[in-house]
Amino acid sequence: MRQTWNRLGTWARPTVRSIGLLVGAILLMGALTAEVKAAALAQREVLPSGMVLLVAERPAVPIVAATLTLQAGAVFDPPGKPGVANLTAIMLSQGTTTRTAPQISEAIEFVGGSLSVESGTDTARLSFSMLSKDLDLALDLMADLLTNPTFPPAELAKKIPEVLASLKRNQEDPGTVSYEAFMTLVYGSHPYGKPTEGTETSVPTITRDDIVAFYQAYYRPNRAVLAVVGDVTMADLKQRLAARLGGWAPGGPPLAKPAPPAPLTKSVTKTIQREVTQAAINFGHLGITRDNPDYYAVYVMNYLLGGGMNSRLPQKIREEKGWAYDVGSAFAPGKYAGDFSVSMQTKNEVAQDAIDAALAEIRRIRDQPVSDQELADAKAYLTGSFPLRLDTSAKVVGMLAAIEQNNLGLDYVERYPTLINAVTAADVQRVAQKYLNPDTYALAVVADLTKAKFKP
Amino acid sequence: MRQDARERFGLRRAQWWKVLLAVAELAFCAGLAAPAAAGTIWDRVSETVLPNGLKVLLVEEPKAPVVTVQIWYKAGARNEPLGKGGLAHMMEHMMFKGTPKTGPKQFSVIVQRNGGQDNAHTARDAAAYYEDFAADRVNLGLELEADRMVNVLFEEKEFLPERDVVYEERRLRIEDQPSVTLGEVMRATAFMAHPYGRPTIGWPSEIKGWTLQDAMWFYKTYYAPNTATLIVAGDIKKDEVLKKITELFGPIPRGPAPPPLVIPEEPPQIGERRIFVRKEAELPIFFAVHHAPNLTHPDSAPLNVLAYVLGGGESARLHKKVVYELQLASYAGADYNPVYMDPYLFGLSAGPLPGKTAEEVERAMVAEVERVQTEPITDRELQKAKNQIEAEFVFAQDSVHMLANLLGAYECAASWKLLTTYVDGIRKVTAADVQRVARQYIVPDNRTVAILIPTKPGGGAPPTK
Repeated sequence: MRQTWNRLGTWARPTVRSIGLLVGAILLMGALTAEVKAAALAQREVLPSGMVLLVAERPAVPIVAATLTLQAGAVFDPPGKPGVANLTAIMLSQGTTTRTAPQISEAIEFVGGSLSVESGTDTARLSFSMLSKDLDLALDLMADLLTNPTFPPAELAKKIPEVLASLKRNQEDPGTVSYEAFMTLVYGSHPYGKPTEGTETSVPTITRDDIVAFYQAYYRPNRAVLAVVGDVTMADLKQRLAARLGGWAPGGPPLAKPAPPAPLTKSVTKTIQREVTQAAINFGHLGITRDNPDYYAVYVMNYLLGGGMNSRLPQKIREEKGWAYDVGSAFAPGKYAGDFSVSMQTKNEVAQDAIDAALAEIRRIRDQPVSDQELADAKAYLTGSFPLRLDTSAKVVGMLAAIEQNNLGLDYVERYPTLINAVTAADVQRVAQKYLNPDTYALAVVADLTKAKFKP
Repeated sequence: MRQDARERFGLRRAQWWKVLLAVAELAFCAGLAAPAAAGTIWDRVSETVLPNGLKVLLVEEPKAPVVTVQIWYKAGARNEPLGKGGLAHMMEHMMFKGTPKTGPKQFSVIVQRNGGQDNAHTARDAAAYYEDFAADRVNLGLELEADRMVNVLFEEKEFLPERDVVYEERRLRIEDQPSVTLGEVMRATAFMAHPYGRPTIGWPSEIKGWTLQDAMWFYKTYYAPNTATLIVAGDIKKDEVLKKITELFGPIPRGPAPPPLVIPEEPPQIGERRIFVRKEAELPIFFAVHHAPNLTHPDSAPLNVLAYVLGGGESARLHKKVVYELQLASYAGADYNPVYMDPYLFGLSAGPLPGKTAEEVERAMVAEVERVQTEPITDRELQKAKNQIEAEFVFAQDSVHMLANLLGAYECAASWKLLTTYVDGIRKVTAADVQRVARQYIVPDNRTVAILIPTKPGGGAPPTK
């Protein structure tokens, strides 16, 4: 394959960062064709319980895809216990007052559907994908999981070792190890600096009481957004939900905002020795939150720097030098904080050269305006590829969830081209100078340090 | 990499892509094993063969204003001369180097300037290229593919750094990933004669040895209208697109027939093979593969059902027993992809929990296989597997890109027309069929076992028991 993933502004490392952020990537591109504009993207209603319901009818496809997003991610983990949000999400499907864990998985798999619950940094998500004829079953299960989970102790005793095994297996991927080390350097004690799955020391201390308390506080309809796409209408869905989620009571604490992380005052480096053929490198610093007014200028700037295959970092480090297969840069704009990072994997021997070359590109985009052609090409891609971001039911679900999570409004898809096209070369240079810092950064490297020579 | 179909089954994505790469070494689209159902979309595929041999498949599917243009060349790893492993994949990278018309390195720049997304993959039997666009850009995709079918620029100054990039790709995706390394060694052991045992990306010494002339030879030999299938699916008008295709591709002359390939048939396996890989890692891994027929064989459908009975989710037998009840592993599954020109493999895989050994996990996995061999599966299990296979196929049709992928992969392995009948074959499978294929194929004499022994920094490893 020519490339493994794009990094259009956010991270594509599913083990590390919030799915909410991945979904956010969907929003970061796009223009509209007349066909998309003609119909409203979705209908939106706030139910009496406080739950937001978004429905996009797609009758030509015989499937229904849905995601319920909850403000219940790892940022809400109790102090000293990273991993509670993750285990709560995992345990939600491990037993209810009327169904055992095996009964839940068998019911969904028998009809060829899927249902999963997972937690990211900011949010937890319950998602399902079903043939349209099985929608009632999916809604039954979703409601049962949300309102009647029993968190059986015997199931928790099985899931904790599985999470610990997952943590260990993550340690086998140099890219993940490097990224986690980078996040810790950048965020310090802020929740974004900790793996959402928790740590080898925290996970064994998590009790059923922790999970029940987390569930009671955060799994509430007033913290929930349900986006549904498929062969179904708003009126029909409201009726079906009323019968199932009527008893789900609003409540819970107000959204607490974690204190913002402190910026680095000097560069810091962490090196980790592994018997690997490549150095896995991440470096960067704090970035922006999703609601920053400079968001779109930063997005275009990052696309030019390292957000795509034709961007400056891959052109220099991959195409010209042949040092890396995978190189790029990303802003990860979370709800509560954000970071900027350059990541690459390169043979140990040229690791320092590759870092220097990337720093030179960061300086260049700060010091010199980008050319009109480069900027025009970037905007053409970001706006012109929009239809590809809405061409399946699952993608539309992701778009709706991200629009709601970030308060963008259902006209966002129409406004998007204007937002992107308004960015000027001067804006690009201004935000590069404001948000990129080639002199003070955190660097994390997993490498065979006997072969990779780093400057102190 | 496209693992949506597998992700549904509850394993974390990060683990699954490694497992899939390791067991099947699918360059992409692992979900291809599951065509089926609702007898319709394949009726709307129109096939045309141009006089120069180019096969064209068109599907009008207007549910989203997008189009996918894909061209599949029968130019995969199987076509490489001995000692030139990975050349097909290197050629894939060279296809992005531009032509006199587009200019050097301009291919992807032009695609993205038009809001498109492009990529490619190389597998054992074929190499595939695609551009996904808003529907009004379909002609651009066709123009670019017609141009690079014959006009790719070959320059030493582009070739040498790209060869280094491919070496980095090997390091990234194989050498520094314990499970993928294990799979590479396992396949090289399972196939003694057939080139399916060679890694698609090539062995390190082969990568270092490719020359510009090798790549040019491969291009001239295998890239021509008569080795290719062009697929266009999406919000299109077939007549207009076919006219444009005829105009653009029609003048390209038919290439000489590629030289006959001498591909040895894999001799029947006559006893279990077992390999170990010692590598820096945290936990052991258990893999096992068995030679199994491809999609043209009547046993393919029951083997597919068997794979779902054993590994189709958390309610399937392997997860339920080995992960849930015995608590020996954090994942346990089965994998069968029949979309190959020649017989490939039926795989089992599991990741032991900390403190558990690959050997005890293996015993539990094999016991579950033996249970299927001795007692018929239940009617409900049989129906569940069939429902899953059919549903996977319906889900895949939500995306015109996936739809075109299915057509291309089936066409390169055998014929896209097998898609029209595959689901009927699945529906006819009986519990007795599943038991029979389990007894015939998933047996020790046909098995290659691969175990990862994790070492700690410095190379020390605990002795195996």
